[in-house]
Order: sequence, then structure tokens, then C-alpha cells
Amino acid sequence: MATVMEMPKLSDTMKEGAVARWLKKEGEKITAGIPVVEIETDKATMEFESPASGTLIKIIVGDKQTCELNAPIAVIGKPDENWQEAVDKYLSKKKGGSAPAAKAAAAPAAAPAAAPAPAAQASTTASTLDRLRVSPLAKRVAADKGIDLRSVQGSGPNGRIIVRDVENLGGGLQAPSDAVPGFAGVPAAEMEKVSLSMMRKTIARRLVESTTTAPHFFLTISLNMGPLLAWRKATVAKLPESDKFSVNDLIVFLVSRALRKHPNINSSWQGDYIAQYNSVHMGVAVALPAGLVTPVVRHSDKLSLVQIAQKNRELIKLARDGKLQPDDYSGGTFTISNLGMSGIEEFTAIINPPQAAILAVGTTLATPVVDENGDVSVEQRMKVTLSCDHRVIDGAQGAEFLKTLKTFFEDPMTCLFMG
Amino acid sequence: MAIISLREALRQAMTEEMERDPTVFLMGEEVGEYNGAYKVSKGMLQQFGPMRVVDSPISEAGFCGLGVGAAMVGMRPIIEMMTWNFAIQAFDQIINHAAKMLYMSGGQFPIPMVIRGPHGAAHMLSAQHSQCVDHMLVNVPGMIVISTVIPADAKGLMKSAIRNNNPVCFLESEMVYGKEGEVPEGEYLIPIGVGDIKRKGEHVTLVAWNKMVYVALEVAEELAQEGIEVEILDPRTLQPLDENMIFESVRKTHRLVVLEEGWGISTIGNYIVDRTVTECFDDLDAPPVRVHNHFVPMPYNETLEHEVLPNKERTIEAIKKVLYR
Repeated sequence: MATVMEMPKLSDTMKEGAVARWLKKEGEKITAGIPVVEIETDKATMEFESPASGTLIKIIVGDKQTCELNAPIAVIGKPDENWQEAVDKYLSKKKGGSAPAAKAAAAPAAAPAAAPAPAAQASTTASTLDRLRVSPLAKRVAADKGIDLRSVQGSGPNGRIIVRDVENLGGGLQAPSDAVPGFAGVPAAEMEKVSLSMMRKTIARRLVESTTTAPHFFLTISLNMGPLLAWRKATVAKLPESDKFSVNDLIVFLVSRALRKHPNINSSWQGDYIAQYNSVHMGVAVALPAGLVTPVVRHSDKLSLVQIAQKNRELIKLARDGKLQPDDYSGGTFTISNLGMSGIEEFTAIINPPQAAILAVGTTLATPVVDENGDVSVEQRMKVTLSCDHRVIDGAQGAEFLKTLKTFFEDPMTCLFMG
Repeated sequence: MAIISLREALRQAMTEEMERDPTVFLMGEEVGEYNGAYKVSKGMLQQFGPMRVVDSPISEAGFCGLGVGAAMVGMRPIIEMMTWNFAIQAFDQIINHAAKMLYMSGGQFPIPMVIRGPHGAAHMLSAQHSQCVDHMLVNVPGMIVISTVIPADAKGLMKSAIRNNNPVCFLESEMVYGKEGEVPEGEYLIPIGVGDIKRKGEHVTLVAWNKMVYVALEVAEELAQEGIEVEILDPRTLQPLDENMIFESVRKTHRLVVLEEGWGISTIGNYIVDRTVTECFDDLDAPPVRVHNHFVPMPYNETLEHEVLPNKERTIEAIKKVLYR
């Protein structure tokens, strides 16, 4: 009896899966438990193990192809076994007898080169998990307001979109990507269509959710970095290579300590209540060629500077290699986005939902500063901007937090008795 | 307005109609000498004499059949069933004769008869005496079904029922015969087939009838503390049903809960949900939810009985479900 391999759900936020590449070819013998395929989730590329031993008799979803979760992606069995029969049987068992679905799943076999369309067919018939669930009233209200329901996060059971999810939204959200080709009369020849990676789709979905549901406001403050940088330089020089820490590690350390004093910033809007966290799990935005991930340094408020530096190094390497596991990038309570190394002076970041705030860190610049006597001196200044979800945080609370941050940065010794 | 109990309101209605129309008479087990098992007919034997307040033998099929015959020859009988549980004995007379006679006789014999008595569970009467039959009665063409326990409604509807030329099943409740309410005196009629909004609210529509109205009122009072405004609809007449009242309310609240006594299969609640989903599909923000008896014979044990009957706790849970709370 052949075994059908399905597209696995490898992360909580994964809505569909893509095969990055097959590690085995059709016809190869494989053993249960060895990695056979790399699956691209919304966050990372992960190896996936064979569920059975035998011959990989059929690859249904080929390299770089996408399908819905739980759709068949390959068949493992005896070399002479009929893979299509196995898929038919598997699908009819799963769906209570749906022969056409099995046929659609089988279709791509004929043309592995013309890949994406058949794979999509296979998935839509094999599973309806991704169907949009909307209450009739919410559907009517959305239609009246011209809201694209695909951009709305449902808060009802099974993600059902209900009226409260749409009644406060404005209308006229732009229709998604299919509208692009005719855009503003740019000839198709001058345009390249960049297909969306899982990561790109997730970024788009989550940040639209953030900007449409969380009312943002921004607070910027300038920090005198001179003493801190001098201290770091002197300290790092004395440390062994494995214990050295970067400015970014220092920022994670000091911000985490400051958050511990301000649980109202280390919070999350939950619809009918606000969750305040008494531990800090710091998301650190890492830019990758394909997009952005925010691996999380857990309990960053309780780690030493050296421990944070080691954890950061480890996570950044995993991120760049596409090897982050769901545990590595979920459950953050606050995020730092640092574009200082790119020379950006200051910027505002979009909150990473469901967190209540994010800190955008700019570069450190030699800046003329006028003191209370009117004397001008040059200081190493760094600007940070806090984006706050106004449902959770008010302006004065954000300002209080930045005040603590300023104290910690400009006089790090205060951490010893305040942090 | 006088404040009187449900049993007094029903007695007033019957007495006034018997004074008004000599063809009206009351018959049933112990309605005369004993003043009625639940004292609804107290004093009526003294006032009208044994020709018009008739103690029947213990044979529901027999005296219900007598009523059908009397109605065929021009009388307007009121047949009291000690409870609707016992009326099951007389279902052949009710369904096959009273409800069908006008049709079977080609319009020659209308049956202006009221069959009345307490309905549903009382208190610790166990499996055979705690049932609901309202959903069976509404499913028979040719009959009107009224189910009400609010004193004023009971009086106004009983008078309309007695004057109506069709057989009317009138469902009361022995649990609340003593509950009082304001009742207009004298000539006071409520049209059959018209429901009543027992409490205005904007957040959820709660349909309830008979003694469940009292549960609904309690629920609404409690939820109001949380800022949930429940609109309570009492159809009062179950056949024909005031559907428009329900649709109008659901179009406002977008949510429906039906609170009904009795088991939950093929019931009036099912019918209300079915009609509402059909007529108000685009107005609904949540699937309607029903609260009803658990599907077991009624236990004698008091704690279990409370659990089996639709109660306040389960109704609140249902309302929160449709509100996604």
C-alpha cells in the first residue's frame, strides 16, 4: 500500500506551503524519517522527513510549486505501484469520495515543466481550508463599503469574519495583485512580475492588518551615545572573541531592561482586554534578501549582555540560512528594528501585531548640541522612534518609557539599581 | 388596572364569555365540584350550574369527542385537560376530528372549541407528566395554537379563542397559575396571531413563550448589567406564528436565540430558525442558537430536572455565543 505525503503545516501562521526543493528524485529509495523535501513556510525553509520507507514513486508538487495545506505532494510505495490509484484512494477516503479531486491532483504529472497552475488546481480541490469564512451580514457590509475581505482578519470561530471586523474599516482598500498588469498604463513589456514568496505574502497580510487595526502614533527621542560607545569599546577589547557584543546587542539589553519597568509598553491588544507581559521576549528584525523576519530572544530582560550577544548571533545565522524554526520567531512581546548600520538617521516602523509597540533605531551621528548655558558641543547622538498602538498605550506612557530608555542609555550604570 | 393571577385571568375570560354567550360551556375532569385541579374554574359551578360546568369521567378521548360533537351542533365548548400530557389520550379526537372536521365536511361543520390546560413540565412529575406537545399541535393544519402565561395576554387571548370558529389549543402552565400581573377589566381582546415584544433591546433577539418568557426576562435583566440589551419576543400564538415580528427584530439585532421548553428536534424553534435564515440571511452575523430540553425523559430528581429544562445559565451562554463574547 502506497503512502501519500501531504503538505505539512509547519507553523501556526502558515496558510499555504511551497516546495522549495526535493532532496530526492522520483525513483529513489527512501527510508522513513530521513529528510526528503524542503518546505518553504511563511517564515523559513524547513526540511521535512519522509513518513514511510519505499520508493519515491511520484512527486506531485514539484520544486518552487505552491499548494494548500494537507494537499498531496508525493507518493511513496513500491516501484511498480500505481501512484494515481493511491492518490485517488487517499482523497476519496479524506473527502468521502471525490474522484474529480483526485484527477486534478494527478494532472501535473504530464507536464512537470509547466508547473504552477496544475499544482494550484490540485490543492483547491483537495482541501477547502483556505476558504474565506464570512458571516452573511459582514459580507453585505463589506460589499457596501467596498472592503476587500481578503485583507480582513476574522475574529469569529474558525477565523470567521463577522460584522465587528468590517464595520470600523474604511472602504476602498486596493484589490490585491491581479490588478497590477494594467497599472497606470505602464506597458507590460516594461514590467517584470515578481511572484510572491510565502514570506512576502505574510509580511503583506500582517502589516496591512497592523496599519488598518492598530492606530499608530510615534515618539522620537535623541540619545547621547558617547559614554556608552566608549565604554563598549573599552570593554569589548578585554573580552574573548566568543563574548564580544555589538551595539545592537547593547540596544537589545538596555531596551529589555527598560521594558521590564514599563509592562504597559510590553503589552498586546486582545480585543476585549489588554495582555501585559511580565517577561520580555525581544523580536529583532533581520533583513533578508527575500524579506524580513523577527527572531525572538526569549526572556531578554533576564539575560546577561553576553548571553544576548550569543543568542543574537545564533538567531541571525539561522535566519540568514532560512533555518529558523517556528519557536524561534513566535511569541515576541516587543520588536526592535535597527537601520542604524544602513545610515538611516531616523524612521518610523510598523508595529508587529499583536504587539503594542516597536522601536525604530537610527544611526549614531556626531551632532552639535546646545547645553543650558548656550554652549555648543559635539555629541554622538542616536535617534530612536517608538511606534505605539494607541488602543494600548497613551502618549504620556510612551514618553515615560523613552525617558527610562534615555536614562539607561546615557547612564548605563543606572541599570544596576533601576533595571 | 387590577393585578390578578393567571388562574384568575383565565377564569375571568371564561366567565365573561359564558355570561355573554349561552352556548359556551366548560367540561373536564373535576372542573365543577372540586373547582378544577388547579382551581382555575373556582366558583364557576355555583355561578353557572351543572349544565354548563360539567364534571366529566376520567376519559380524555371521551369528553374531548363529546366536545367535538357539541361544537358540530352549535355549542362552543371549552374542554379542560388536567394537563396536556393527558391530552395525548385524546389526540385522535383533536387531530383527526376537531382539526379536520371543517375540511372533511366540505365546510359544513366548523368546530368552535377551545381545548385548554397546563403544558410542559411542572415540578418533579417525572417523565410521563412533564412533556411538551406544542410542536406536534402546530404541525396540524386546521387548528390554532396559543401558548401564553402572562395574565393579561391569557385573558385577552382566551376571550378571542372562545369567540373563534376554529378549534383552538390553549397551552398554559401550572407553575405560574399563581403569578400575577396587570389585567384590563371587562371587554379586552387580543388578536390571535399577533406577538408581543416583552422587552426592547438592540443586541440580540430572544424568542420565548409560555413560562420561558419569565426565564427570558430574568436573563435580560442579568445581561443588562453587562451592557447586553436583549429584545424578548413572545409570539403568544404559535399557529399562526407572527413571523414578521421576529424578522423585524433580527434585522435590527442581527442575532437570534430561541428559548423553548421541550426536546430540540423538529420543534417550533427549528421552524423559527429555518424561516429566519431564509428571510433574513443577509442580516445574520452569527448562526442562530436554540436552547431547549436535553434529549432524555424528564428525570424525577429535582437537580437533574433543573439541568434538563432550558435554564438561565444555558440561555446566557447561548446569547454570548451569538454575540461572539
